[in-house]
Amino acid sequence: MQITSPAFKENARHALTDAQLQAALDNVRSGFIDKRQWAVDALPEFDRLRDSARAIKDHVLGHLDLYLEAYEEKVKKAGGYVHWAETAADARNIILDICRSAGARTVTKGKSMITEEIGLNEFLQKEGVRPVETDLGEYIIQLRGEHPSHIIAPAVHLTKEQVEADFRRVHNHLPYARDLSEPESLLGEARRVLRSQYFQADVGITGANFLVAETGSSIIVTNEGNGDLTQILPRVHVVVASIEKIVPTLEDVSQILRVLARSATGQDMSVYTTISTGPRRPGDPDGPEEYHVVLVDNGRSSMLGTEFQDMLRCIRCGACMNHCPVYHAVGGHAYGWVYPGPMGAVLTPSLVGVDKAGHLPNASTFCGRCESVCPMKIPLPKMMRHWREREFSRGLNPATQRYGLRAWAMFAKRPKLYRLATSFAIPLLSLFKGRKGSFHHLPLAGGWTKHREMPAPEGRTFMQQWRDRETMKQEARA
Amino acid sequence: MKQGDPLKEDVKKKPRVGLFVTCLVDLFRPTVGFASVKLLENAGCEVDVPMAQTCCGQPAYNSGDRSDTIAIARNTIETFEEYDYIVAPSGSCAGMLKKHYPGLFKGDEKWEARAAAFSAKCHELVSFLVDVMGVQNVEAAHAGSVTYHDSCSGLRELGIRDQPRRLLSTVSGLDLKEMKDPDVCCGFGGTFCVKYPDISNRIVEEKTANIRASGAETLLAGDLGCLMNMAGKLERQGADVKVRHVAEVLAGMDDGPAIGRGRN
Repeated sequence: MQITSPAFKENARHALTDAQLQAALDNVRSGFIDKRQWAVDALPEFDRLRDSARAIKDHVLGHLDLYLEAYEEKVKKAGGYVHWAETAADARNIILDICRSAGARTVTKGKSMITEEIGLNEFLQKEGVRPVETDLGEYIIQLRGEHPSHIIAPAVHLTKEQVEADFRRVHNHLPYARDLSEPESLLGEARRVLRSQYFQADVGITGANFLVAETGSSIIVTNEGNGDLTQILPRVHVVVASIEKIVPTLEDVSQILRVLARSATGQDMSVYTTISTGPRRPGDPDGPEEYHVVLVDNGRSSMLGTEFQDMLRCIRCGACMNHCPVYHAVGGHAYGWVYPGPMGAVLTPSLVGVDKAGHLPNASTFCGRCESVCPMKIPLPKMMRHWREREFSRGLNPATQRYGLRAWAMFAKRPKLYRLATSFAIPLLSLFKGRKGSFHHLPLAGGWTKHREMPAPEGRTFMQQWRDRETMKQEARA
Repeated sequence: MKQGDPLKEDVKKKPRVGLFVTCLVDLFRPTVGFASVKLLENAGCEVDVPMAQTCCGQPAYNSGDRSDTIAIARNTIETFEEYDYIVAPSGSCAGMLKKHYPGLFKGDEKWEARAAAFSAKCHELVSFLVDVMGVQNVEAAHAGSVTYHDSCSGLRELGIRDQPRRLLSTVSGLDLKEMKDPDVCCGFGGTFCVKYPDISNRIVEEKTANIRASGAETLLAGDLGCLMNMAGKLERQGADVKVRHVAEVLAGMDDGPAIGRGRN
């Protein structure tokens, strides 16, 4: 996928003036937040569950190699294949090979962010294999040739009127007079259109919310049931998962599941939690004949042992972006790569390099709301700050910023000089305000005064006035 | 004085507070500094304002400039560690002193313990009054309605939500009208608002819409950065909402011009 993160500012500017996008983002600003809050309020032990979920993942990350090997063993025992992919290209080629040996012309896909990350759809298409997204949101954006703007609600940047127009454009074999005014009717139509695709597909590709070392199972949580059809009906099931999806036991999964859906959509549980272990066994009523797991690293192992390791606890619930004022303002596409919002602001520089994604960890007010709702208690602002530190030490941020900061720090580090300079500058600045209490324009403060007035200083600094007051007191005493 | 002199005992028990004025209050809104002194003295503290203070270092810290941050933090610690408490009229700066300074000196043999001891004594003004000094009410009057914005750092780093509301409820004549989403960021974010002015603007527009919809005559908050951002936007919009630091109202020092307003 083309990365446009370096153009974050321009992306944001477009997003802010896109009326349709802004209307669609209203759904994020309200819906997700209230629903999560109700779900959390109804579960008194929610915060303790977060601690427990965090502990499980921290433990796994400390022993990732052991659990991955144990998992591989179990998958093999169940009759499946495990493929290790160090890079996105490795993963793509492995998947293509599987498709080729299955003679696949069509593959159905469950919703998966990792296949976005490795750019699977474009690749398969180019190689003559047709990928069909079966999650409603993914299906919609595939029709439009777009990428997800949200990790759990890929089409959240669209209004239902836009979707209706797309369906009328693409499903032109259906009578025009049909009613598509409600989300349910859109979902119904997508279901009917997709139904035949499941039977045509030779390979079904899903992601995984969890890989279970104890059993060799992969688990997906979905709300539409499309994931089940994707992995059960085709002859071959391919699970694509990044290495940090591993958890030790099914008991651990059930712990984390209790915080996942509540944080994501405010549901107690997603509608479907589907566990698959290996291919169909003799006597099984259904299931694939072949079962493959592609384990993708793509830069994650180099996060281990660094200040960014905590990011690998992420379970992709989307709560951080649902609560982020910056995401609310610009939507997901402005971030310019696969993962938007606060989690993307930390993960994207790790995976594509901070030289390309440097804007993302900077475009945060550090309001801390993301961390406060993160079910895995990932210190997102702290890690964004770590990225800023790396940028600063590598001299990647703009020169004007660096010089401005250096000049300011020169004073801030020297109290006497600072006192002297502010005692002179502030009363002077205050003189210029005239009868008004704020400035409409101010040299060097264009970023501020572009959209707001700049409140003027009251007059002399507090320190000047305080010193006078103390001197007067002493004189009175003498 | 003689042993057991009640006056002397009283003086002895008074906690010594070093007021960390914050750079924005020092430069833009000295009234907040004087209001803080008054509130602290009324609560029974002896207040001192050391001249060697500058800024908490957040502009450097949040720009990734760790070495300047550490230099500034050392100066702040040296300047303030003699006091029983260090109090700042800002959740953001108090959060920096309390929650972020210790991390700067992790593994530094000489400074780690010193920073930890310092940070344990740091507090935001209003939460200090309520939680540490046990202040139940204030002697102040404010005829009119106010709405209160929860600044992010104070709320999420220091747990300040009820304390200002509790004290405001004891200001005679004051009517608190809550706005929608008082806990959502105003879009200030320190250097964020000048690095990403358009996004910041979108966020503060949402905020001022909620402020104006509350119908309150005055907007209060505990952080001057947020207040200047919101006041600047309200002023640009021509909104008739006055903006003040919560300490000004609690100290009964709200008769001067509001933030960003001239003398009539």
